Amino acid sequence: MSRDLVLGAIRRSLGVSGAEALRRTAIEDRLSRHPRGVVPERGALPPRKRLNLFRDMLAEASGTMQEVASPDEVPAAVAAYLRSKNLPLQIRRGSDPRLEAIPWQNEQALEVSVGRSDGNQLAAVSHAFKAVAETGTLVLTSGPDNPTTLNFLPEHHIVVVDAKDVTGDYETVWDALRKKVGKYFPRTVNWITGASRSADIEQVLLHGAHGPKGLHVIVIGKP
Amino acid sequence: MTVQITSPKFKKNARAALKDAQLQRALGKVEAGFIGKRRAVASRLPEFEVLRDLARDIKDHTLAHLDLYLEAYERRVTEEGGTVHWAATAEDARRIILDICKRREAKTVTKGKSMIAEEIGLNDHLVEHGIAPVETDLGEYIIQLRNEAPSHIIAPAIHLNRDQIEADFRRSHADLPAERNLDEPASLMAEARAVLRAKFLAADVGITGANFLIAETGTSVIVTNEGNGDLTQILPKTHIVLASIEKLVPTLEDVTTILRVLARSATGQEMSVYTTFSTGPRRAGDPDGPEEYHVVILDNGRSSMIGGQFREMLRCIRCGACMNHCPVYGAVGGHAYGWVYPGPMGAVLTPSLIGIDKAGHLPNASTFCGRCEEVCPVRIPLPKLMRYWRDREFERHLSPATVRWGLGLWALFARRPWLYRPATRLAMKTLALFGGRRGRMHWLPLAGGWTRHRDFPVPERDTFQAQWKKHRAEEARKKAQAEAEAVEAGKAGEKAT
Ligand code: SF4
Repeated sequence: MSRDLVLGAIRRSLGVSGAEALRRTAIEDRLSRHPRGVVPERGALPPRKRLNLFRDMLAEASGTMQEVASPDEVPAAVAAYLRSKNLPLQIRRGSDPRLEAIPWQNEQALEVSVGRSDGNQLAAVSHAFKAVAETGTLVLTSGPDNPTTLNFLPEHHIVVVDAKDVTGDYETVWDALRKKVGKYFPRTVNWITGASRSADIEQVLLHGAHGPKGLHVIVIGKP
Repeated sequence: MTVQITSPKFKKNARAALKDAQLQRALGKVEAGFIGKRRAVASRLPEFEVLRDLARDIKDHTLAHLDLYLEAYERRVTEEGGTVHWAATAEDARRIILDICKRREAKTVTKGKSMIAEEIGLNDHLVEHGIAPVETDLGEYIIQLRNEAPSHIIAPAIHLNRDQIEADFRRSHADLPAERNLDEPASLMAEARAVLRAKFLAADVGITGANFLIAETGTSVIVTNEGNGDLTQILPKTHIVLASIEKLVPTLEDVTTILRVLARSATGQEMSVYTTFSTGPRRAGDPDGPEEYHVVILDNGRSSMIGGQFREMLRCIRCGACMNHCPVYGAVGGHAYGWVYPGPMGAVLTPSLIGIDKAGHLPNASTFCGRCEEVCPVRIPLPKLMRYWRDREFERHLSPATVRWGLGLWALFARRPWLYRPATRLAMKTLALFGGRRGRMHWLPLAGGWTRHRDFPVPERDTFQAQWKKHRAEEARKKAQAEAEAVEAGKAGEKAT
């Protein structure tokens, strides 16, 4: 059995049997307590400044951000973004309850379809679980109402996030996720920091390698 | 691309690389592309150095408990509906992956960038069995068209220039209109995007590597900028993760600490664009994601490294900083190293994995300037580990007498580092005499046998390090002068018009 071969070889190298109580306690303790390392101070800011940091870091990664006062304003913001990119007024979105609650019909010209992407959509709208100011990173989780394909196949990705969900650091996000899902993780957790890029040809930085070439974040509410 | 080992011919490879004008032009961009960006982003984060210490400690702790973390990880993957396969050797891993592909009746397989897949020669194995592997990372795709191996662990096609890539695309995408314009990198990328998009959607199995495996949650993590790894793992019905044993980390917090130093060290980004945590197959009700999730855990010689002098090498998170900062890599590129892993990390890892008899030259491919260790995010003492290999080479008496002589001195200096610089300066003065009237020296004992073919000028009473500094200063001076001349020329032009 390869399994026993590999584990046996590791144990021989370490000079252990695998049954040592102290070692077992050490790993069980770390896995259950999952202690934090050093969390950079950069994100430890009051809410307004934190959101500004998120915006600035996102901009460095070639993403854009706008604030709206309430979910009611999202359809107009989405339409304005699409127009600015000369895109047809069509989006595909997941069935996340927070997206369901948005009055899409207010923007009559906007065609909204629901479901995963099959590669034929130019623009998608997702709802983020959290955002991290430290590096301008969005955190999206997969689930029945949050298709992962929407994050990668369309050319433009519009992500809606609540201002109160913009955190300073990733550790805060992990704690929130553990609280929400318990031990069992969603199939996919995506950290997204900016638009898809590649520098594989002569180290020239280009956007839209395989994923979206445009990333736009709409922040709802007061931070 | 089969992994043809040409490491034994390092010196010949290096000599050819130095004469390769295309390669030299491409390598000229490495420095501008990586070094300044890393420095800027690292100095902007006050905690960066502490985070490097922590990253090192996390890896050390995990390696010391690796058997138990692997068991814990396996338990969690299974609980989440995935399957863990153990591969003691490259052959085992190839067989396991082929079996899964056959069972799923796979015709095409998309691949995210994986150095381990290169290490086990996966692509050729699949092709031999009638399955078409498609590399999807832009750089990997380009070198697959050329039937070449990557020359850098994070920038696989860094040795190529735009016109070479254009020629490859015209040859390989023959069904596209011949008169299309591919003058810009952007048009090349757009073409690759379109060609690969169709392949993503058609693939039966997706194979990715993993930057990390998390024991706490049974999760595999990939870090990319293009998004190709994600399309590889969410579109096909089966996702296979191929990862080596040292990718384990205990918890989400631990991986987070390491992620904070990874992208900054690799590309000088604050964070890579896509960091993706995958746990098991798609859940009930999920509209997308794979139906099957397999993890192949590869040993291939690593378990024996844990017990020896090279354990620290297993901390490596494959950021590539050591090669970006290495003057030898910068001069000869990645292919000269003759196997999958180039640069300083390759010089230590390759002999461990394929044997010092085949890779004996690599630990000599160093000026011992120490820049690799200075930038390594997990603080691997690369020069020290290279020195260990050289000691072993010495003991095995594989080295030619000239190199043994040099290494004898090395042992002396290793124990008395303060002696090194003054003594090498003295040695260089002596060597200047050896070089004599020919004006060329063919070996450089304190920097290893590889320099024999590096067309090395006789040192003018300077060490390699001092020369290097001088060389750099000279380059900078030339550049400044060229710029000044360009400005002058511009002014002259203005006057003329
Ligand atoms: S040895 Fe260090 S610097 Fe080199 S690739 Fe590995 S982690 Fe990066």
